[in-house]
Amino acid sequence: MTADVQTGPAHTAPPGTATRWHDVCGYDDLLPERGACALVEGIQVALFRTFDGELFALSNYDPFSRAYVIARGILGTRGGVPTVASPMYKEVFDLRTGQCLDDPQVSLRTFAVRRTPGGRVEVALS
Amino acid sequence: MDVGGDTHRRLVVVGHGPAGHRLVEALRERDAAGAWRITVIGEETRPAYDRVALTSYLTEDADLAFPAHDPDVTLHTGDPVTAVDRAARTVTTASGAVFGYDALVLATGSSPFVPPVPGHDLPGVFVYRTIDDLDALRDHCAARPGAGGVVVGGGLLGLEAARAMQGLGVDTHVVEVAPWLMPRQLDEGGGQMLRRHIESLGIAVHAGTPMAALEPGEDGAVARVALSDGSAIEAGTVVFSAGIRPRDELARGCGLDVGERGGVVVDATCRTADPAVYAIGECALVGGQVYGLVGPCNTMAEVVADQLVAEVTDAPGQATFDGADTSTKLKLMGVDVASFGDPFAATDGALDITYTDPVAGVYKKLVVSDDARTLLGGVLVGDAEAYPTLRAYVGAKLPGSPEQTLFGGTEPAGGDLPGATVICSCNNVTAETIRCAVRDEGLTDVAAVKGCTRAGTSCGSCVPLVKKLLDAELTAAGIEVSKAICEHFEYSRAELFDIVRVRGITTFTQLITEHGQGRGCDICKPAVASILASLGNGHILEGEQAALQDTNDAFLANLQKNGTYSVVPRIPGGEITPDKLIVIGEVARDFGLYTKITGGQRIDLFGARVDQLPEIWRRLVAAGFESGHAYGKALRTVKSCVGSTWCRFGVQDSVGMAIRLELRYRGLRAPHKLKSAVSGCARECAEAQSKDFGVIATEKGWNLYLAGNGGMRPRHADLFATDLDDETLVRYIDRFLMFYIRTADRLQRTASWLESLEGGIDYLREVIVEDSLGICAELDAAMDRHVAAYSDEWRDTLEDPDKLRRFVSFVNAPGVPDPSIAFEPERDQIKPVLVAGPDLEVVSR
Repeated sequence: MTADVQTGPAHTAPPGTATRWHDVCGYDDLLPERGACALVEGIQVALFRTFDGELFALSNYDPFSRAYVIARGILGTRGGVPTVASPMYKEVFDLRTGQCLDDPQVSLRTFAVRRTPGGRVEVALS
Repeated sequence: MDVGGDTHRRLVVVGHGPAGHRLVEALRERDAAGAWRITVIGEETRPAYDRVALTSYLTEDADLAFPAHDPDVTLHTGDPVTAVDRAARTVTTASGAVFGYDALVLATGSSPFVPPVPGHDLPGVFVYRTIDDLDALRDHCAARPGAGGVVVGGGLLGLEAARAMQGLGVDTHVVEVAPWLMPRQLDEGGGQMLRRHIESLGIAVHAGTPMAALEPGEDGAVARVALSDGSAIEAGTVVFSAGIRPRDELARGCGLDVGERGGVVVDATCRTADPAVYAIGECALVGGQVYGLVGPCNTMAEVVADQLVAEVTDAPGQATFDGADTSTKLKLMGVDVASFGDPFAATDGALDITYTDPVAGVYKKLVVSDDARTLLGGVLVGDAEAYPTLRAYVGAKLPGSPEQTLFGGTEPAGGDLPGATVICSCNNVTAETIRCAVRDEGLTDVAAVKGCTRAGTSCGSCVPLVKKLLDAELTAAGIEVSKAICEHFEYSRAELFDIVRVRGITTFTQLITEHGQGRGCDICKPAVASILASLGNGHILEGEQAALQDTNDAFLANLQKNGTYSVVPRIPGGEITPDKLIVIGEVARDFGLYTKITGGQRIDLFGARVDQLPEIWRRLVAAGFESGHAYGKALRTVKSCVGSTWCRFGVQDSVGMAIRLELRYRGLRAPHKLKSAVSGCARECAEAQSKDFGVIATEKGWNLYLAGNGGMRPRHADLFATDLDDETLVRYIDRFLMFYIRTADRLQRTASWLESLEGGIDYLREVIVEDSLGICAELDAAMDRHVAAYSDEWRDTLEDPDKLRRFVSFVNAPGVPDPSIAFEPERDQIKPVLVAGPDLEVVSR
């Protein structure tokens, strides 16, 4: 699998700057075990709320199909690991690390995500 | 012309047909040192060509020439050998040339047999053997437009000739002296079924009627064929194809033995009584038989090549000709015909089992031993798909009962598939690759096989077959095959269905808490969603059900490769008003969608973003459209032909019935998609026999066909019941669908489900017609509940703000379209362009 190179400031914050959190939606806007996608500084971030209420954020880009669809995958578990399956060709990814569980050489970028005391969901790109 | 002092040995081959050609090629391949100096002497001016494909010379103008031999081979054509002097070891040709030999091979072939009826030598009478014959036939037919033609002989070659003659625009008749066609290969039932096919192609068949005479017209050429029953056929052209006679005159002339009915007598090494002379091909009588098929003739050529090589290397030749398998499979004018083993049940105590489907034009016969366990032979007409499997079982114990073999032979169990069979055509993965991966890597589930071999990772249609292979391999290794649907449930889909139904479970959480483990996956969640939907649990996006759905069901549209969706409104029976067609056109135009007519008689609109779906559907619903469920494992369409309302041949209102069925079963969720069709007469224009349930009109009602399939593994549907009235037809389909929904595996189409049902279609008939399980009332009630509870999913979604909120590209920017979606023009429409992805998120490999 080769990916086309795209460079630019959107992907990484300059070194030395503090983590910048982006407000994306309310916690209740995310349905349990269904994903949603947020557009943060031009980057597509797939957001997931598991059955236990935990939040995860991964790249929305599916390297197998080269389409931005990860947020529309089905959530579940594999051997206790929380997972999402790409809706395109069903490769399964570890929600915590982005690691593809069907192909050790592929992984998705992950993002920091948190729930604020006010019930909001925030994402950090770096 | 003897070459004195030459250390080479001289081989003379008389005849350059397929057998002679094969011999030379085989010898050149094995005699690398060139110890044999080869001369081939042919009667025809042309070098050898493919006689088996003769007809295609006329019908497709095909080039039949075989590849030329290497230049060391001397080819002497257009000059037949007229005499053999065995004492001097020379042959003499018509032109007077003399060739000396150390070994001589007669490969003179055969000539067509022309019975000595009065008029057999009139102008306009032809045989069908050489390219010259065909050229003459074509010129003659071209000079007599409108005149009919007769082929004498209804065997394999005669029917080929009839096809060629019809292709020349001649109104063609076949006259066969035996009571049915292809009497050497087919039994009466097979011959009669073949006759129906041939006649439906517009060729008249006169079987069991010997010819009395050929009568000339005023110009002296043949004009009429008189039959022994007193009737006559007007014919300006006659082709004789009534069998062959071996060309053994050279052997007779030099005192070699020939058979009573012709043929140069040879032993199992194809050698005559003179050790320097061999005979191969159609002129040879080996084991008391003359062979007219190319397979045995090629074998003889290989045997002699082996003997000749042995002569120059002092190693004993190993190969012998020990009889040949005369099994035949061919496509005659588009009709599958196969005959294998002992097709006439000539073996002592042999029994035969026959099946005839006059509607589909299928005849099948198996010949078995007296205990019905060993396959001896058989005949297949109209559907020879099972031929390779059956051929392989001749002389062996049948894997199942004869009827299972007859009807289940088309889908080999995974364990039986030859290793070279390509299972995943998307990624070119063979059965052997999968078996090796399972064995060597110790794989135990489908996900692992997919990861290791990439089989099933593209279109996914081969996954059930991958699972069968995996199961067969695991069973062979003594590992118990789990019926578990995935790691979260120890049950099969059918067992889960019963658990949900009997316990009245209505949510996935309840099911997995009480009967499973973990939180599910992309396998069990959609399966459970389908079960819940089949049992009627309201809108599929209601509450927790929404999180179980595959993306197609989740957005009520079909995901395409660039992340957009396609939209298919229901067009029941394929019938649509001009006003509705205009609405579809306007919607497509206004949203910039790519449009395509589907195989299911409706219209697919491609390239919609998730945020456009509600707007598109608002327009469609307002115009009276509803969801077509193209996205669901559910009823797709019921196709129809135009039927008796308009068609001159229709006998029932197929459109009306198709609409009735489509409206009855719309929205019905099943283990896999369901397709159907209704044809208004036996011409079957709606292709109902390739559907999960297909209906074909008869004069008296409807014939119902079940468990057909197009797709990757096409399967003709089985005729389930005939001449049904409307109500009985609908009841039977109700029960069939509900029984399938209850008992099938996940993603198992009706075709493979039926083939896995013990007892097959007969068992299904017992359950549905005779209520052998006592469940028909339940099945009927379940379908009645479905019909009563149906509601259009898209209309309901548009009325529910909570559901509509999910149709956005970005949760933090609801109005913003997905910037990764781009199109470019092609043939005046759009096509998707995949934009470059971010490399930071992928570890490249």
